[in-house]
Amino acid sequence: MTIASAFLDSFPFMSQHIGLLLHQTVNHLELSGAAIGIACVIAMPLGLLLGHWHRGGFLVINLANVGRALPTLAVIALLLVVVGIGFTNIVIALVVLAIPPILTHTYVGIDRADRDAVEAARGMGMRELAILLRVELPLALPLVFAGLRTSAVFVISTAPLAALAGGEGLGVIIVNEPSYRLSGIIAATYWVAALAVLAELGAALLQRTLTPAPLRRQHTREQTRPDDASDVALAVMRGAAP
Amino acid sequence: MSGLQRLAGGQPVIPNFGQAPSCDTHNGTFCWGWFSSHVHSLFLPALLQHIELTVIAVTIGFAISFVFAVFTYRTRMLDSPVTLLNGILYAIPAIALFQILVPLTGLGILTIEIALVAYTLLVLFRSMVTGLRSVPPDVLESAQGMGLTTRQIFVKIELPFAVPAIVAGLRVAVVTTISLATIAAFVTDKGLGMPIFDAMQRGNFKTEFIAAASLAVALALVMDGLLVVLQRVLAPWIAADTQQRDRTPFTTRLRRLAVSDAR
Amino acid sequence: MTNPHISHSAAEIVFDRATKRYPGRPQAAVSELSLTIPAGEICVLVGPSGGGKTTAMKMVNRLISISEGDITIDGTSVRSLDLTELRRGIGYVIQQVGLFPHMSVGANVATVPKLLGWKKSRIRDRVVELLELVGLTADDADRYPTQLSGGQRQRVGLARALAADPPLMLMDEPFGAIDPITRSRLQDEFLRLHREVGKTVIFVTHDIDEAIKMGSRIAILAEGGVLAQYDTPEQILAHPASDFVERFVGADRGLKRLALRRAGDVELAAVPAGSFAGPRCTTTTTLRDALSLMLTDGAREALVLDEFELPLGVLTLDCVSGLLRAEVAA
Repeated sequence: MTIASAFLDSFPFMSQHIGLLLHQTVNHLELSGAAIGIACVIAMPLGLLLGHWHRGGFLVINLANVGRALPTLAVIALLLVVVGIGFTNIVIALVVLAIPPILTHTYVGIDRADRDAVEAARGMGMRELAILLRVELPLALPLVFAGLRTSAVFVISTAPLAALAGGEGLGVIIVNEPSYRLSGIIAATYWVAALAVLAELGAALLQRTLTPAPLRRQHTREQTRPDDASDVALAVMRGAAP
Repeated sequence: MSGLQRLAGGQPVIPNFGQAPSCDTHNGTFCWGWFSSHVHSLFLPALLQHIELTVIAVTIGFAISFVFAVFTYRTRMLDSPVTLLNGILYAIPAIALFQILVPLTGLGILTIEIALVAYTLLVLFRSMVTGLRSVPPDVLESAQGMGLTTRQIFVKIELPFAVPAIVAGLRVAVVTTISLATIAAFVTDKGLGMPIFDAMQRGNFKTEFIAAASLAVALALVMDGLLVVLQRVLAPWIAADTQQRDRTPFTTRLRRLAVSDAR
Repeated sequence: MTNPHISHSAAEIVFDRATKRYPGRPQAAVSELSLTIPAGEICVLVGPSGGGKTTAMKMVNRLISISEGDITIDGTSVRSLDLTELRRGIGYVIQQVGLFPHMSVGANVATVPKLLGWKKSRIRDRVVELLELVGLTADDADRYPTQLSGGQRQRVGLARALAADPPLMLMDEPFGAIDPITRSRLQDEFLRLHREVGKTVIFVTHDIDEAIKMGSRIAILAEGGVLAQYDTPEQILAHPASDFVERFVGADRGLKRLALRRAGDVELAAVPAGSFAGPRCTTTTTLRDALSLMLTDGAREALVLDEFELPLGVLTLDCVSGLLRAEVAA
């Protein structure tokens, strides 16, 4: 089968296997959603608190670097030894993948939130939690969301590895060439890519809704010229996915 | 046999180890005997192949990205198309890309390298452009005012400013490539992914999983560590920044450096 | 313009041997600072950098903790008050203003009233009232900080600090980042505002001219937060307590004193008959400016006009230099 015909056949494949594709899309989203959700629950409070205290920047950056350096397939292999095959295994591996961008972006966003505004808030007698949630968090939202979006794309496009460890999702089609042929792989790949792009767009839309009006342009400005090392690190991190 | 063929081969087979020690036959957590008898025949070659795959991919990726990045920095073109391409390529699962390339470029190293280089390009491109753009306008203006030529400005000012970002990008590119290269073994028997798929085919043979995965993790951490050392050598001012002590803005320190360099 | 809703509440502030030490540093940042600021006065803390003036100010709202000694507001120790209650009762203005960039001007000004749980209608009225008080309009409430000029931002900062009608305001180089012309106008407006609201103000600056202009009293702090002199501007210029103070206020302290007196305050010569060729000034012109006018024109006298632009009398160069001599001698 030539590559061209495989690309052409991928569209009939979609109509013939629509039930399978939809079923595995649901599984794919369930898996990715669980991983991103758990990563948020772990990384966001940590990033918020450390950023607010301006402590642990060294720890955060190194934790993120180590997390990013772990090859996902190797993590899955190690987890096969520890927890065996299935949902738990792949969720843990994807959480490991999702934490670094969320953690660093949240930390840097809060740590760098306008220090003068924070001092003014403290001087006016705002409590620490109010300063964090009502001054620092709104200012950090563009960065927090950038981290979330990066993680979402990583996780959705890496989730097909689940099929290697007895998990479900669109990977079930992608790793089974003998059953679904190249056209099936290509069809499933379109779907995964579409999910990742949709997740990115959805997060961008949510970000726009949540970001206070005057801050909506800040993010683009930040990307044109970085102001310090953390900007550079974040810009680079955004361009990396397994 | 590639991982693809192994997985497609139907029933996972617990290998018949003959008079193998009971650890092997009972799939014990880690069988030293089996490991030490396979270091030279399996793990060392796989590790070397993995390093080779990574170094080739990152070197080619670096050279291509550099050309594109300098062009983009000078002309301000290519920026948004590349960023868009970036988003789309990263949305494609690597395990699918490797398979889709097979009919085009075969089951050899070429297929693996094309995919690996593609994934490094965008990280490196982005970091280079970001780095070059981190030169503050006033520094460029004063350099022009001092009579430096465009070439001198590039070598003495723009490149040093870009070094931290480029090294940061290199770190990401290297660890990402190491990670993706394990998946490459799904289509071609190369690198540390090969024993991982082999272990899956043997009915999840734990010793092989632990040995191969640990080597892959260790390789990524060691390479990342080496690049940190490289970063400290090329851009010593970055170390102070991550330690949080020195609150002097990063650009201020770079500016000092650039000014002293221009003298 | 009077604002019946703005009370004239003001508090007396007492620094009682207030000291700040940082661990690992031999020298204190502020050493046994004792001074009393009467209610309703503007006390300017001034001195070279490293003089601990900002540290001393921040000990009042405990953004910096007090190591030894105490500070009281109307007899109540700041250490005995709940941190948030203390801070909500003190207006706080900093050089960088620190407006919340994600909130409108109105929401910025309403911050403390909201924290205090005021009713919405009361907050809305208060915001409009304050914006007008600081020279902005009610329409500005819907704008965002990024849309304002530096001077406008500092006006909003001032309105925000005044929002809950605190008896005490802390101002940390509030006009330091503003261009000289706008700064001078804001200084004048703040003095007018202060006459209207009558708060006690602690004002930090490194600029002796600003200190002389703004202060009812000036505290000069030397290296290590040691109080070098605490007195009215006139007394400090006329009787510097030490060489350090004399150097700090500058060799032109005689001229600076002239800046404290106005043409309307001195005895004027009679208006000569016929036309007057020399420069003209008003009763509110400072003697320093009048002197400058005369020297620039090469004239020996200047005509002083009253508020209806009618000639009141003539200020002579001899009269001014006589005052200058008397002051230097004193």
